[in-house]
Amino acid sequence: MKLNLKIWRQGGKFKGEFVTYQLPDVNPDMSFLEMLDVLNEQLVMQREEPVAFEHDCREGICGTCSLVIDGQAHGPMKGTTTCQVHMRHYHEGDTIVIEPFRAQAFPVLKDLVVDRSAFDRIIQAGGYVSVNTGQAQDANAIPIEKEQASHAFDAAACIGCGACVAACPNASAMLFTSAKISHLALLPQGQVEREKRVLSMIAQMDKEGFGKCSNVKACEAECPKEISVENIARMNREYLSAVFASDKAMA
Amino acid sequence: MATALDSKIPTGNITEKWESYKGHVPLVAPNNKRRIDIIIIGSGLAGASAAASLGELGYNVKCFTFHDSPRRAHSIAAQGGINAAKNYQNDGDSVYRLFYDTIKGGDFRARESNVHRLAEVSTAIIDQCVAQGVPFAREYGGLLDNRSFGGTQVSRTFYARGQTGQQLLIGAYQALSRQVALGTVKLYNRHEMLDTVMVDGKCRGVIVRNLLTGALERHSAHAVVLCTGGYGNVFYLSTNAMMCNVTAGWRAHRRGAFFGNPCYTQIHPTCIPVSGEYQSKLTLMSESLRNDGRCWVPKKAEDRLKDPRQIPEEDRDYYLERRYPAFGNLVPRDIASRAAKTVCDDGLGVGKSGLAVYLDFADAIKRKGRPAVEAAYGNLFDMYAKITGENPYEVPMRIYPAVHYTMGGLWVDYDLMTSVPGLYACGEANFSDHGANRLGASALMQGLADGYFVLPYTIGSYLSKEIRTGSIPTNTPEFEQAEKEVRERIDQLINLGGQQSVESFHRRLGKIMWDKCGMARNAEGLKQAIEEIRALRAEFWKDAFVPGRSDDFNPELEKAWRVADFMELGELMCHDALQRNESCGGHFREEYQTDKGEAQRDDENYMYVAAWEWKGEGEQPILHKEPLVYEEIKVVQRSYE
Repeated sequence: MKLNLKIWRQGGKFKGEFVTYQLPDVNPDMSFLEMLDVLNEQLVMQREEPVAFEHDCREGICGTCSLVIDGQAHGPMKGTTTCQVHMRHYHEGDTIVIEPFRAQAFPVLKDLVVDRSAFDRIIQAGGYVSVNTGQAQDANAIPIEKEQASHAFDAAACIGCGACVAACPNASAMLFTSAKISHLALLPQGQVEREKRVLSMIAQMDKEGFGKCSNVKACEAECPKEISVENIARMNREYLSAVFASDKAMA
Repeated sequence: MATALDSKIPTGNITEKWESYKGHVPLVAPNNKRRIDIIIIGSGLAGASAAASLGELGYNVKCFTFHDSPRRAHSIAAQGGINAAKNYQNDGDSVYRLFYDTIKGGDFRARESNVHRLAEVSTAIIDQCVAQGVPFAREYGGLLDNRSFGGTQVSRTFYARGQTGQQLLIGAYQALSRQVALGTVKLYNRHEMLDTVMVDGKCRGVIVRNLLTGALERHSAHAVVLCTGGYGNVFYLSTNAMMCNVTAGWRAHRRGAFFGNPCYTQIHPTCIPVSGEYQSKLTLMSESLRNDGRCWVPKKAEDRLKDPRQIPEEDRDYYLERRYPAFGNLVPRDIASRAAKTVCDDGLGVGKSGLAVYLDFADAIKRKGRPAVEAAYGNLFDMYAKITGENPYEVPMRIYPAVHYTMGGLWVDYDLMTSVPGLYACGEANFSDHGANRLGASALMQGLADGYFVLPYTIGSYLSKEIRTGSIPTNTPEFEQAEKEVRERIDQLINLGGQQSVESFHRRLGKIMWDKCGMARNAEGLKQAIEEIRALRAEFWKDAFVPGRSDDFNPELEKAWRVADFMELGELMCHDALQRNESCGGHFREEYQTDKGEAQRDDENYMYVAAWEWKGEGEQPILHKEPLVYEEIKVVQRSYE
């Protein structure tokens, strides 16, 4: 099928603008990123610079791919990363608009590539259990109720892609941050640093320039791993209890 | 011809070697660790766990990744699980059994002492990961659940839904992030290593390229550790992530590090087949599907393109059940892959390409009901439907084998040090503990064993002699020369100005490798492949085209460098496959098979690790042999009939 692509180009000779490209022969079995591969090979042969976009595993787990496709982070399919979207969902003559994940805290580096290192710094602020290699007790000395473990897992399934930020009108990182806080707060291993963790991760999140949450829930709707906004509610509770109930916060 | 390779295996009984080693290895005192710099290349399971653990010990660590974040490393894509000899199921498991299964699964081509150590530390890995908050699957009593995997008779695989690699990597990433916050590890995202720097016969640093600016940087250290994964992408199509490459290991090889067993490649039998020329990668479908799915092809070639549901039972060939009645559809990976290839080579493969077989669940659905099949495999069926647009509950899946893992890698001694002093390799990047074939759920175990529990001990043996060295300057002729050579190669690539895309060369290399050094190899094909690869390389340096600039973010340039290295590695793999006149594990030489078409080992002549030495471009590499001595295990022939 024939497709028109309206793609955001930025960097080099492009000041930041949409450029339209035609692809004459798109196979419906191609993945979305393979379609972009074909465009890039076409551009390379025309001696033009290919469109920069990020991708790696192409199995929906590494969190590298991004893209806002026709206004939706990771495109039109629910619970699906861009790399798992296939062209059979499009029709002859369609025009597809492709943009980067836009947020103040995710500066555009080139074309469709943005800097998501703010997420690393939020984790560095406390998204871990402080246990050195070799200090651990026997794994089965910590029984965890199956359902509780399953809840923790649901939060831990986050792939850190940043779609939640791109989907949010406030460019808030609450879903990402709350997923890590929930994962660890729901487990016994996370209890010792529970209060300190939520305070410092939220402080880092604010420092990076992410917006506040106003309960739009677009993050949950566009999250490729369908992380629940319940995590945001839990993070807010954790935060309040750390601020008002903690001796450390008072000091 | 062979120089003696010193594998530095400790003396003593197999069960005492590691304990005794730990008791006697020289240590670096805490005040001296502060004066020692270590560079880690890569941030997957091996790299992140090594960087975190060495940072905790007090060394100055720098960790480099070409990804935008350490959490993207390809370890994240591992699905099935991680083995450990915990014996939580009380089903007879032990360190010895895990050791034995791994050696046997590797078709008796791995080093006993390393594998035993791996089995010993496996239990501590699970403890460490749980303490970090890795959400492994649990039973109703709140304790850890296990499942069984191929090649074993016990349940020793710990898992986290179908995302075990992701959860383990995030655990290691979090440990690493903590050290970054504490200042013991400095993290360099979007930096790719392009060369190692040798000073007076020791590895003293690296040249890296900042992928955003194109700037070359020099970094020095008392030891450099490569945790850079496998090289399956030499086949172009594989289940590896798009950016997986051999560059770090290959550059180290060119600087003197021997390459071990490069021809040992694991081909996974159940992957979604290639659907067109544009295809960029292959997707693995978990091995567990073969518990209920039946593999078949039509008996008559004219039925190849027919709706499979219209083909009557008597016209179907359930070829695994026919050839291996005892194991049926559950034969090991190497056997299942070769059997699929055989029927497709006979012209019976299905689908447009003819390179696919059916994996049929109709019987399972009839027997157990659709809800039961859905509960067991729902997520895999959804994934298949998403990619192919076909409903596997209605139509049999089409699958075909694909390159998945490379057992070969840089040769290392017991300390995980390469043949270059001060240069180490961990995880899939080393020639490792898997011999000629890796068992399922053992890759995650090895990556974390190396990074958390082996390297932090063994590296002290070398670094204890470096405490008086002081910080290593980078303004020396050696660093200058290495940087100059990197710059020249980049200039050469960016100025190629030919007519063909880098991608097209990669695709052609992949086809040569797959056809002639893939699931089955023979001497004639390998000799042809070597000639074809040489010609392809010459054509590349004459007629490839790399767009853009070198002082800019330029993924095409990155790809060009990696493909150029793959073209050199590909030739070495063929040399290795050609010299090994036997079949073992993932290496199947058509000339060496039993009457029934099974792999025929030659223990008398080939029970060694092939460690290759680089002699320069276009020169014949030199083969060194490390004999494999089995003191503990009785060597037998594998059979699955």
